[in-house]
Amino acid sequence: MPDITRRRALAATAALAATATVTALAAPTASAAGHGRPMPMPKPPENFDEVYKGRRIQGRPMSGGGHHHHEHGSGFEVLIDGVQLHVMRNADGSWISIVSHYDPVTTPRAAARAAVDELQGAALLPFPAN
Amino acid sequence: MTVRKNQATLTTDEKKRFVDAVLELKRSGRYDEFVSTHNEFIMSDTDTGERTGHRSPSFLPWHRRFLLDFEQALQSVDSSVALPYWDWSADRTLRAGLWAPDFLGGTGRSTDGRVMDGPFAASAGNWPISIRVDGRTFLRRSLGTAVRALPTAAEVESVLSMATYDMAPYNSASDGFRNNLEGWRGVNLHNRVHVWVGGHMATGASPNDPVFWLHHAYVDKLWAQWQRRHPDAGYVPTGGTPDVVDLNETMKPWNDVRPADLLDHTKFYTFDS
Ligand SMILES: [Cu+2]
Ligand SMILES: [Cu+2]
Repeated sequence: MPDITRRRALAATAALAATATVTALAAPTASAAGHGRPMPMPKPPENFDEVYKGRRIQGRPMSGGGHHHHEHGSGFEVLIDGVQLHVMRNADGSWISIVSHYDPVTTPRAAARAAVDELQGAALLPFPAN
Repeated sequence: MTVRKNQATLTTDEKKRFVDAVLELKRSGRYDEFVSTHNEFIMSDTDTGERTGHRSPSFLPWHRRFLLDFEQALQSVDSSVALPYWDWSADRTLRAGLWAPDFLGGTGRSTDGRVMDGPFAASAGNWPISIRVDGRTFLRRSLGTAVRALPTAAEVESVLSMATYDMAPYNSASDGFRNNLEGWRGVNLHNRVHVWVGGHMATGASPNDPVFWLHHAYVDKLWAQWQRRHPDAGYVPTGGTPDVVDLNETMKPWNDVRPADLLDHTKFYTFDS
């Protein structure tokens, strides 16, 4: 299921790659033009690897294998100090994570930074949390 | 018949009975099963795939049934208890009785977000956070910091006036009542309240904070108000929609209840007003 979704996402992205109008960051007001039609598939996000507030945050295309059936793959994974942070892409291209699930931000990097802020130094647990 | 009351009107005895029943569910382990279920749906509901608990038309009936399960569990401990609701458009400050030490306790301290008073403070010893995404085992809140203001009555009214229950693509990009109430679009009602409370309420494991139930009981009441306002508008979609729970399809995790079975709350409870 996640693989199918990822393949579909990659295929759609490839098909749209030549179209400069495809943007990952649709403004909320853009939805007015979007009803009833499928949302444009956002571009895959940019990889990142940096130290933010003393913690290593990384974002990269999902490497196969580490996938858990409880969560849905966005095709992209985010890690904080090497531990995977569950992230999700919204239809408008915005992102949320498991520690900030009701507050969309524009990129996975912003979601990782928001998670570091939220964690206040606490270790992230591998999901599913228990 | 269960009557759900505004939390601001509860007597001292009603607050105590509610809190004691919640603590008993926690002690017995049943509480954390609700937290797990919610977290699992939060992680698996996606805009482009199967979606049931959130970002979809069934957000409202799913949470109605989830709250019914929780309320029945409370009533198995104390049959006098009903879920109260928090009208956050009216009780919108940190001084509301909701956050007093005899009810849910207040905001977290600034250093680490730890709730320091009330029955759910870690120091009271009765509220370990076991279903969690990070190492912290104490209840956290940060009332009114990530977003300054709770929704206003006028904002609620603007959403209640929307005549269509939900619209294609039936996800976080939809227009219509459901998504504007859920908050992925527009003035943002439900989502914003999670963010305003902060701490655990901002995460997928949001039921770790007992205010989750009072928040959702009010969201559920707004659905009932919307139905009275728009008697000719019904739940949609009504059939054949991939990945989305249609009116007469059963919902996970129960698999024996349909949105159609949950539209009329008076079969289960009424409201004080
Ligand atoms: Cu929920
Ligand atoms: Cu919620």
